[in-house]
Amino acid sequence: MLFPILTCIVFLPLAGGLIILFTPKKNIGLIKTIATAVTAIDLILSIILLINFNYTGSSMQFEENLSWIPSVNIFYHLGIDGISIGLIFLTTLLSFLACVGSYSIGIRQKEYFFLYLLLATGMLGTFVALDLVLFYVFWEIVLVPMYFLIGIWGGPRKEYAAIKFFIYTLAGSIFMLLGILAFYFTSTPHTFSILELGKTTGALTMPIQILIFIAFYLGFAVKVPVFPFHTWLPDAHVEAPTPISVLLAGVLLKMGGYGFFRISFPLLKEAAHYFVLPFAILGMINIVYGAVVAMAQVDFKKMVAYSSVSHMGFVMLGLASMTTTGFNGALLQMFNHGIITGAMFFLVGVVYDRAHTRDLNKFGGLGVKMPVYAGMLTVFSLASLGLPGLSGFVSEFMSLLGSYAAFKIITIVSVLGIVITAGYFLYMLQRVLMGPLNEKLAGINDINKRELFTLIPLMAIAILIGVYPLAALKFQMAAIEQLIQKLGGMIF
Amino acid sequence: MVNLAHLIPVFPFAAFVVNILFGRRVKKFSAIVSISASTISLCLSIYTLVCFLKGQGSYTLFKWLIFGGTSLNIGVIVDPLTCMMLVVVTIIGTLIQIYSIGYMKDDARFSRFFAYMSLFMGSMLGLLLADNFVMLYIFWEGVGLCSYLLISFWFEKPSAARAGMKAFITTRIGDTGLLIGIFILIFSAHTVYFSELGNLNGASPLFTAAAILIFCGAVGKSAQFPLHVWLPDAMEGPTPVSALIHAATMVAAGVYLVARCFIFFSSHGQALICVAYVGGITAFFAATIATVNNDIKRVLAYSTISQLGFMMMGLGVGGYSAGTFHLMTHAFFKALLFLCAGSVIHSIHTQDIQKMGGVFRKMKITGLTFVIASLAISGIPPFAGFWSKDEILSEIMRNGHPFLFVLAAVTSLLTAFYMFRLIFLVLFGKSRSEIHPHESPKVMTVPLSILAVFAIFIGLVGSPFMNNAFQNFIYLGQTHESESLKPDYAVMGFSTLLAVLGIGIAYLLYILNKNILPQRVRQHFSPLYNLVYNKYYVDEIYDFLFIRPTMRLAKLAFKFDLGVIDGTVNGVAKLTVIFSKIAAWIDRYIVDGAVNMTAKIVGIFSLVLRRTQTGYIQTYLLIAFFGLVIIIFVKLIIGG
Repeated sequence: MLFPILTCIVFLPLAGGLIILFTPKKNIGLIKTIATAVTAIDLILSIILLINFNYTGSSMQFEENLSWIPSVNIFYHLGIDGISIGLIFLTTLLSFLACVGSYSIGIRQKEYFFLYLLLATGMLGTFVALDLVLFYVFWEIVLVPMYFLIGIWGGPRKEYAAIKFFIYTLAGSIFMLLGILAFYFTSTPHTFSILELGKTTGALTMPIQILIFIAFYLGFAVKVPVFPFHTWLPDAHVEAPTPISVLLAGVLLKMGGYGFFRISFPLLKEAAHYFVLPFAILGMINIVYGAVVAMAQVDFKKMVAYSSVSHMGFVMLGLASMTTTGFNGALLQMFNHGIITGAMFFLVGVVYDRAHTRDLNKFGGLGVKMPVYAGMLTVFSLASLGLPGLSGFVSEFMSLLGSYAAFKIITIVSVLGIVITAGYFLYMLQRVLMGPLNEKLAGINDINKRELFTLIPLMAIAILIGVYPLAALKFQMAAIEQLIQKLGGMIF
Repeated sequence: MVNLAHLIPVFPFAAFVVNILFGRRVKKFSAIVSISASTISLCLSIYTLVCFLKGQGSYTLFKWLIFGGTSLNIGVIVDPLTCMMLVVVTIIGTLIQIYSIGYMKDDARFSRFFAYMSLFMGSMLGLLLADNFVMLYIFWEGVGLCSYLLISFWFEKPSAARAGMKAFITTRIGDTGLLIGIFILIFSAHTVYFSELGNLNGASPLFTAAAILIFCGAVGKSAQFPLHVWLPDAMEGPTPVSALIHAATMVAAGVYLVARCFIFFSSHGQALICVAYVGGITAFFAATIATVNNDIKRVLAYSTISQLGFMMMGLGVGGYSAGTFHLMTHAFFKALLFLCAGSVIHSIHTQDIQKMGGVFRKMKITGLTFVIASLAISGIPPFAGFWSKDEILSEIMRNGHPFLFVLAAVTSLLTAFYMFRLIFLVLFGKSRSEIHPHESPKVMTVPLSILAVFAIFIGLVGSPFMNNAFQNFIYLGQTHESESLKPDYAVMGFSTLLAVLGIGIAYLLYILNKNILPQRVRQHFSPLYNLVYNKYYVDEIYDFLFIRPTMRLAKLAFKFDLGVIDGTVNGVAKLTVIFSKIAAWIDRYIVDGAVNMTAKIVGIFSLVLRRTQTGYIQTYLLIAFFGLVIIIFVKLIIGG
């Protein structure tokens, strides 16, 4: 690969951010234009990646490998395969759409967009890094802008939420750092390369594998989030401004799941096999518990936040299955959740901007006043509750089918969770859109063109994957099959 | 001939897209869009039927999903059952949509209504054409969605919004069973195709479980006991919706599913018996409720539940052609009943039969077709229902299920009774409140008349007069060993007698005695009456057993989340803060204190010692001298 396209994708937002720093503070229009242009180019680049991606091969593509800190064998090593390409596309797409969604940010735009673009670089870097140290650097870069974005532009309890998010994630990643060091010192020759470590894992004894697995688990589980490490999520979501919630749910949660796919499972396969049952149980708890708690919410945004907890449970369940179908489902579920829940947070933002409340009991009858919004909200709610024909169904179906092969009872309990999911989403629709119109909201306007612009691409993707799932699956199947073969899982 | 069956659902879907995107611009034109699409589907369905008769069959389209080594292809099933259903659904669907032009004329969301109707038509036709469980499940949920959207079509009414939600969630409970059943088939039998179900005849309890789980889906969709509760509430939707979705087509999808998997069910006998008994109990149970309800649409809804139970019973005892035959005839006369009821409601704006009466004089066409449909459902020869109901009764008899036969016979009697109770209370006698009935416009009465023709004659295709053409057409082949086509005159006479008896009792109670006797009967059996009138309190029981505990559990779980889990997190944070405060105190007063103390001690010493540092040589010499003296003195004492 002559043109370093991955480096461009990762650092273009940062470059844009630096330009913004040299832009006059008052010139908000220019700042927005720069940010939008940069994220749009990034999206185009990632589409070029998709087009040029060879999905029949399962090895790394578009690799870039430069020595970074030679004395300890740290490399600037980037590359993507079927596991990361979907997440790259998801990240660039949501970064672009949420950037457009950020136009309504009213204060300190210059700092906002700088931090926003820094965040984009961190997220993208995490998904392309093939060196553990580099991975860790990007992982931690994400934290800082996120902390400020919630802490400065957030809601009433923004400081609490920002600190909780920061410390929680940092506490997790400290263990991850220990795990990284353990990998380095137990490998011969000492290396941080994810690909190298993947080839030589047989050398590690079981207790050491288990210890390293747990260390990484703590880092990733907080991000996913896996029960009982999930309580930072509702707080962070409720306080974060809309576009940041979109990225938080759409991309940040995927970093945890991606970690399992990229590091925990392929590098520690015996330990992974050892932990499948806890994974399945935790997945089930996430699905059912998340749904039950979501049912009790009166805050619209919190409900969607808990629905994320529930939906990410399918990722855990699919991973636990050790089958190709389950893994494919889990990976696709991450992508679909990013699209659908990202859109759900946009939709919550739309109604919050107008009604200045998120209390589900204070809406009612908006279907009459906001027919287009009602249509959108209905479509994404249905996608979220796993209606066939929309993308969420495909990935949930595959995760469950895969896990059925391994864990019968756990799967059956999880299937019952989707009844509760239908319950709380329809209950929400009933309270927001249906019934008599709340007189206080009689003057409410329907969704505007800019908001619609952010939602239509997401809807198109949700429908496309729902109707023709191979459109998305073909990118990941070869990589998943290779991973399963390496893990000694079941081709089912 | 070219295969065009896969295009059948495409046109309604296209009509949906057009109407949902441009509906507000094209307004009334949206009805034309939907009806043309549906008419094209009707033509294609007939074309497919002709193709099938010429020997063309199922075919595969393209690869849709891959799991593990197997890939799932989308294909189209073309067999007698599907052909029959396609033609029935498109005929009824088209007629009902034409009727809807009149019924929905003044509705603000006219085009939205037709968009949803088209979406339903597309999904329903897709469901019928699906050649595997996964596709069937997809369209199965699709029709459920349309049902939800159309039940809560007038969503400003809280009751309609609630009813839609109830329908979706109740049916989804059944659907989870279906989904798990599909998982079992994929995992243990490595198949999702209906055409391969015949190979699964090994007596494995797992397959029996799969069949029962698949039946759970049918129980939800076809509103069988104990998941029947959503259908009466679904009457909140516009009446054409009730006719199309909640009477003729979608609710029959459950029966269709059992018929579609009939080979699988019949090779796992316990599952089939399960179908028969659930059907029988539902048929009887719903019929009793229909006899006391006072809402014209709800009576018909309970009647639908009861008739669907009848079909299940027919299939369950092994009567494949009997069950599917009744499915077909019922679709016509029940759609007609609902449209008649809709015509009455459209005219007098009430659904309470206690306020009606004497409508016939002003609404001749509606009244006449209403009576025809009621005769058909009651089983009076030669109307459609007679032939199919008789077929089911004789199947039950012949396969030796005396208990089910009694249930079916009583249900037949009740059916004739509640239908004519409805007819007498609505159409005849004197009106019991200020109503001004007038005949509906032609766009509504013409579909009524066409359906009435079907309600009279469609049964003949399965009668000895036409050499049992229907039974010979739908014939399943190898497993279909038990059904005889010889007319059973004893059962025919008996069922006719029951129908006449039911009508007679209704006449006695509601025409001759003018409301006096029913009230006496009511008082006489008031506990029983109240039990039935309140629908056996099933809704209340579910509310108590499931809904409230779930909500309570949700609140409890949220409290747990806030209190225990988040509490732990915050507790850890607080402990850390307290710990760091202690550390800070130790740091300030002990660690730093020690440093300062050292400094202070040094300082104190220095204060004392400073005095010695006077700077005078003589003082130093003096001290040195005294020091020497002391040393010598000490030495002398110790040494001495």
